[in-house]
Amino acid sequence: MPATDRTIEHITSELSGGKTTARDVTARSLDAAERLNETLNAFLQIDREGALGRAKALDDEAGGGGALRGIPIAVKDNICVRGMQATCGSRILAGYHPPYDATVTERLNAAGAVIVGKTNCDEFAMGSSNENSAYGPVRNPWDTERVPGGSSGGSAAAVAARIVPAALGSETGGSVRQPAALCGIVGVKPTYGRVPRYGLVAFGSSLDQVSVFGLTVRDAALVLQTIAGRDERDSTAADVDVPDYVGGLGGGDLKGARIGVPSALLGEGLDADVRARVEDAVNAYRELGAEIVDVELPHAKYSIAVYYIIATAEASSNLARYDGVRYGFRAEDPKDLREMYRRTREEGFGTEVKRRIMLGTYVLSSGYYDAYYLKAQQVRTLIQRDFLNAYEKCDSILTPTSPTPAFRLGEKTDDPLSMYLSDIYTCMANLAGVPGVSVPCGLTPSGLPVGFQLMGRHWGETDILRLAHAYEQAHPLTERPRVVAE
Amino acid sequence: MPITESDIKKIASLAHLEITDEELRTLAPQVASIVAYVEQLNELDTSAVEPAIGGLTPEGERTAAPREDATRPSLGQELALEQAPEPSHGHFRVPKVIASSEEKENF
Repeated sequence: MPATDRTIEHITSELSGGKTTARDVTARSLDAAERLNETLNAFLQIDREGALGRAKALDDEAGGGGALRGIPIAVKDNICVRGMQATCGSRILAGYHPPYDATVTERLNAAGAVIVGKTNCDEFAMGSSNENSAYGPVRNPWDTERVPGGSSGGSAAAVAARIVPAALGSETGGSVRQPAALCGIVGVKPTYGRVPRYGLVAFGSSLDQVSVFGLTVRDAALVLQTIAGRDERDSTAADVDVPDYVGGLGGGDLKGARIGVPSALLGEGLDADVRARVEDAVNAYRELGAEIVDVELPHAKYSIAVYYIIATAEASSNLARYDGVRYGFRAEDPKDLREMYRRTREEGFGTEVKRRIMLGTYVLSSGYYDAYYLKAQQVRTLIQRDFLNAYEKCDSILTPTSPTPAFRLGEKTDDPLSMYLSDIYTCMANLAGVPGVSVPCGLTPSGLPVGFQLMGRHWGETDILRLAHAYEQAHPLTERPRVVAE
Repeated sequence: MPITESDIKKIASLAHLEITDEELRTLAPQVASIVAYVEQLNELDTSAVEPAIGGLTPEGERTAAPREDATRPSLGQELALEQAPEPSHGHFRVPKVIASSEEKENF
């Protein structure tokens, strides 16, 4: 992390020292968001008036807010923020303004954060490149001919370009860790059930989890801590205590830590440059005192197949609500109710969303449920067992985050299956419900960022954040992207 | 199992999706190849494996956090209708639901 970067830690110390105001910090962020949007298309809405009003209120009440007082934050457009749109990157929700705040939004606001806008994403969070947005693709700040990853590509680009120090995204199968890796920043997917989902638009309900981007591990840990914990409005938000993640980051000594590397998975399809950087990271952990052990996740190779059955089945059910009746887009002049449903959905959904609804409907349809959905849930059990078995030999598991660095726009759009394989290393954590963090570990010779991920035990965010922090302290990514705010 | 254009039409109808002929031509082979890919799961004998339904963590559903079952204020009619494409007299207005007998043929 270059010392010039304005992390949450840095902004907070300037604010409390009276060197700047929440209004100035917010205005800088808004200016950068507006100026860079033509290049990056990271934001679908920038709320200048609302954000400045909120910052002024924070300045006036001197001392209001909590750990994120005066910090500009961007929020993915599938998370409800009252007064702003929530399109999920879809035409079917064009102009939709949710009448309530998500729980995570309430918690950010209560902590004094200033939400500056809503970020672009793959439609309904379905994609690995952000090319499935109805509002155009997001571009990678390191190379604007390349994708930022997805589905939370706008949030990743906004943090990488130093428009905001942190942002919220969501994960169903790697949608924060993969873009974090492709954009050279930190991305944390918490344990399933750690963060409330009230106000997060549902995609795959047994997988979805609000997740966090930060410039540093500490910043991501701080935001995660702010939004985590039980919520009366989401029974899946677990009644489990939230530890002090920032306090748990600790020093750099990793003596006693055991990191598992599933070497059998680091073969086919893995880019040579990515492999080299990730091997360097493994060696760096050895030097920090950690013990590296070989582990096996024998069923991990089935995770994409399992994921695309479970996620599409759940999506086909969750997306049934977009019917043109209660909110969002409605097709014009339908002759009856059924035609209204069909045409609203035909005109409102994009290709990938239709493809996944079709696939999900198929795997759940009469006569196929046992062969596909039930089978996938059984293999999911085997994947979960693999993790629990591996954690008898180690405390966390390290892999590349993405098999390749950022690919070119258009490179994979005609081949859905090859796009799905971008999630090969990430989606197993969503299936098993375990937390994961992606950490930048250098650049390829052509200057594209590479990330590795650490996956932990259920509820074990503290362990993987501590390991991630230790690596980051020893090997900070000092390069910055070409498109950057300041 | 091969997936034909007629399967795709049937699935689209189940999912309330109207699909164009062009979409039909591209979707059929794509869905077929994805289904062929996921069928690799058949290599595994899972006859003795419980499906992962009902809690993902070792604690299972014990971490679920239900609230007290008590009435509390809801969104309210005005806000609930605020985003409706066609609100009318405090309701959501939709096109004709019940077809006349001669229309039923195509319904």
